[in-house]
Amino acid sequence: MAVVFGRAGGAGTATPTIPPLVGARRARRRFGDRGFREITRAAGLSLVVMVAGMAAVMVHAAWPSLRRFGWAFITTSNWDPVAEQFGALPFIFGTLVSSLLALLLAVPLGLGAAIYLSELAPRAVRPPVTFLIELLAAIPSVVYGLWGIFVLAPWLRTWVQPALGHTLGFLPLFQGPPYGVGMLAAGLILAIMIVPFITAVSREVLLAVPRTQREAALALGATGWETTRVAVLRYGRSGLIGAILLGLGRALGETMAVTMLIGNRPEISFSLFVPGYTMASVIANEFTEATSDLYLGALIEVGLLLLVLTLAVNGMARLLVWSVGRGPTVVRE
Amino acid sequence: MTTTRWRQRVSSLMAILTAAAAGSVILPLVLIFGFLLWQGAAAINVDFFTHLPKPVGEVGGGMANAIIGTLILLGLASLLGLPIGILGGVYLAESRDRRLPWIVRFLADVLNGVPSIVIGIFAYTLVVLPMRRFSAVAGGVALAVIMLPIVVRTTEEMVRLVPASLREAGLALGVPEWKVVLRVVLPTARAGIVTGAMVAVARVAGETAPLLFTAFGNRFWHQGLDQPIAALPLQIFAYAIAPYDDWHRQAWAGALVLIVLVLAVSLMARLVTRGRVGAVR
Amino acid sequence: MADGITVTKLNAWFGPSHVLHDIDLAVAPRAVTAIIGPSGCGKSTFIRCLNRMHEVVPGARVVGTVLQEGQDIYSPGVDPVEVRRRIGMVFQKPNPFPTMTVFDNVAAGLRLGGVRDRGVLNERVERALHAAALWEEVKDRLGKPGAGLSGGQQQRLCIARALAVEPEVLLMDEPCSALDPIATARIEELILELKRDLTIVIVTHNMQQAARVADATGFFLLGELVEFGPTSQLFTKPVDKRTEDYITGRFG
Repeated sequence: MAVVFGRAGGAGTATPTIPPLVGARRARRRFGDRGFREITRAAGLSLVVMVAGMAAVMVHAAWPSLRRFGWAFITTSNWDPVAEQFGALPFIFGTLVSSLLALLLAVPLGLGAAIYLSELAPRAVRPPVTFLIELLAAIPSVVYGLWGIFVLAPWLRTWVQPALGHTLGFLPLFQGPPYGVGMLAAGLILAIMIVPFITAVSREVLLAVPRTQREAALALGATGWETTRVAVLRYGRSGLIGAILLGLGRALGETMAVTMLIGNRPEISFSLFVPGYTMASVIANEFTEATSDLYLGALIEVGLLLLVLTLAVNGMARLLVWSVGRGPTVVRE
Repeated sequence: MTTTRWRQRVSSLMAILTAAAAGSVILPLVLIFGFLLWQGAAAINVDFFTHLPKPVGEVGGGMANAIIGTLILLGLASLLGLPIGILGGVYLAESRDRRLPWIVRFLADVLNGVPSIVIGIFAYTLVVLPMRRFSAVAGGVALAVIMLPIVVRTTEEMVRLVPASLREAGLALGVPEWKVVLRVVLPTARAGIVTGAMVAVARVAGETAPLLFTAFGNRFWHQGLDQPIAALPLQIFAYAIAPYDDWHRQAWAGALVLIVLVLAVSLMARLVTRGRVGAVR
Repeated sequence: MADGITVTKLNAWFGPSHVLHDIDLAVAPRAVTAIIGPSGCGKSTFIRCLNRMHEVVPGARVVGTVLQEGQDIYSPGVDPVEVRRRIGMVFQKPNPFPTMTVFDNVAAGLRLGGVRDRGVLNERVERALHAAALWEEVKDRLGKPGAGLSGGQQQRLCIARALAVEPEVLLMDEPCSALDPIATARIEELILELKRDLTIVIVTHNMQQAARVADATGFFLLGELVEFGPTSQLFTKPVDKRTEDYITGRFG
């Protein structure tokens, strides 16, 4: 070998002076390690500060309304900015009803699609369909709203609502003139929006069910569906409930599409044909018009209620999704 | 024997039912894209990309200011959200602290579920109230807050994917830990982190609600970061609920442009990881 | 000379489990010392204690003294980064940095240590690649990704990377376990070449390998050093019954 490896002093000779292991560079290096650690920690902490700050700032801004109305804020239904009387019940009602309606439609479809994609579909079908459903989740809310106003609502008005009125009109649910926009339209658009989300999360939950569970059932002579029902769905049950709750969380806070389709009338009615109003919509519509501190405070209090509601639902959902298999993972939204 | 056949039938039936469910999940996608292409393509023209909106009553004009506004807002949001998000993600992946990482992780997930309109209120009280003015900065802050948890969690996952052996190789060379993280670990995870960042950008590009009372919208060209600024989603919303046919046409055109933007960013995000998957595994 | 390593009363833990018990061992300078033993016997932990890599794992702990050049690397105030600069390490699986070229991989330790001068880098990289017997194979592809080399070449690249920072000691943790016999033979040749200038400690699960390359060999079992002596003696006239059982394959 032409070049012999060796230290700068020359190969083979003993190093005359032994430099100490404790060097002057150590202090600087320490500084680098410590500094880097502190900077990243500060970034992590900023998230904590932000969430805490968000809660504090909102409570502060909502304070005039919180003090003035107390519990009456959520139990009365008179929303009158001119007289400065604020009761948010119709919005709470609208949010809950439209979200539950959406769940009613989205859960069977979403779970069905997830089961199909993770268990029953031919292998070749899975990736493209999964991809399409992911695309659906990427469509912005305002685009759903636009489509809802110009395609969905007219369709409901001219076809669906008259048909429902004729056949099921004896139910209070389907009474009233067909406007197109209203609770039904809002529930439907919400269902369309959260279904890809429920499908995606449920599919991940199902994929996390260990293979051995499936094989055990198959080895007992179970059919494809029986395997799914007995081994997979039962194992992933809490995760699936979590997926549904995550969908509910989204529906509760969804703003634009609902604002464009629900009709924006603060009214509590049993009929799905009648326009309603949601918490998110009232904030979207009235926030820039709120001139007095009390009015602004009332709107921010609605926002706080929405925050608390979604936090509760999401918190439960995360715990349930985490409980299946892999622990905390990133849930793409 | 008959029970077996019955069971097989049930199984096939369920396969068909779930397939139908999957089909009906995709149906709206087909419908929405169909209408977007049909209505949007008909309304789109060069003016749309180069002109300001016309005053009420006049036909024509475009959304050039809103397209630029959206790009500015996305730039601002990335500038604020990405560095903090990436550093936060590195913190979660690298830290040996006991309690704080758990709290940060939990809050990131919590923040991810907070409705975007509530984030809008937060940005309003944080930026608009003190400045006494709607502004591009306020809109950027709102979008950055929405991006943050996504960036934090994907960065954490990607940094964790970097094999411990590379970190050890760096340390064994007598390189301080922070340099190993910056020069070895992060470059190895780069593709994944870039993907996460792009997913976050795609997610906020179409956000409307948090901009309503932060960026506010503007009918004119960009006038400075401390001024209200136009954004494509805001413009689509305003035009969709207005009673003018020409505006409705423009709303469809705007929606088509917005969706192309969002999908382009999402697709790029996928390509980035596909090309570089070998680097991490 | 004082170039060797003297280990006294070394104990190591992973969390609550005590994986090394009172190890006393003296590594001779400019020689190859092999550590053998069944898997889980603590041999990898031992070698990782010699350049303070053990403590990188969360929950890991070390007590004892390790004298190198007459200084205890575990005495308070000693910078582990400086220790690792002098005592390099090669790992079981080749782990070149995937984002770097062949050249950048070898230069990594120098660059991260602050060497900027292109001339110095070129010279040291070439010298390290020669020393790792890799120069002829990669001199035309220095700009290509290091991960594109074959397994054996990757491992020699990692050796070159370790050599480039000019350590006094090179620790090798089963460096051939992921390699085919031909690549293994090249690494073994290389080890014999390198020991003219370097102190080498090698962990191996392969007794023949220890017999071929090592001047002295230590046998570990259940976290204890059972026997340590000149390789020829350990393999032909082991003192301890357990060593004899192990080297004759009558073990476990």
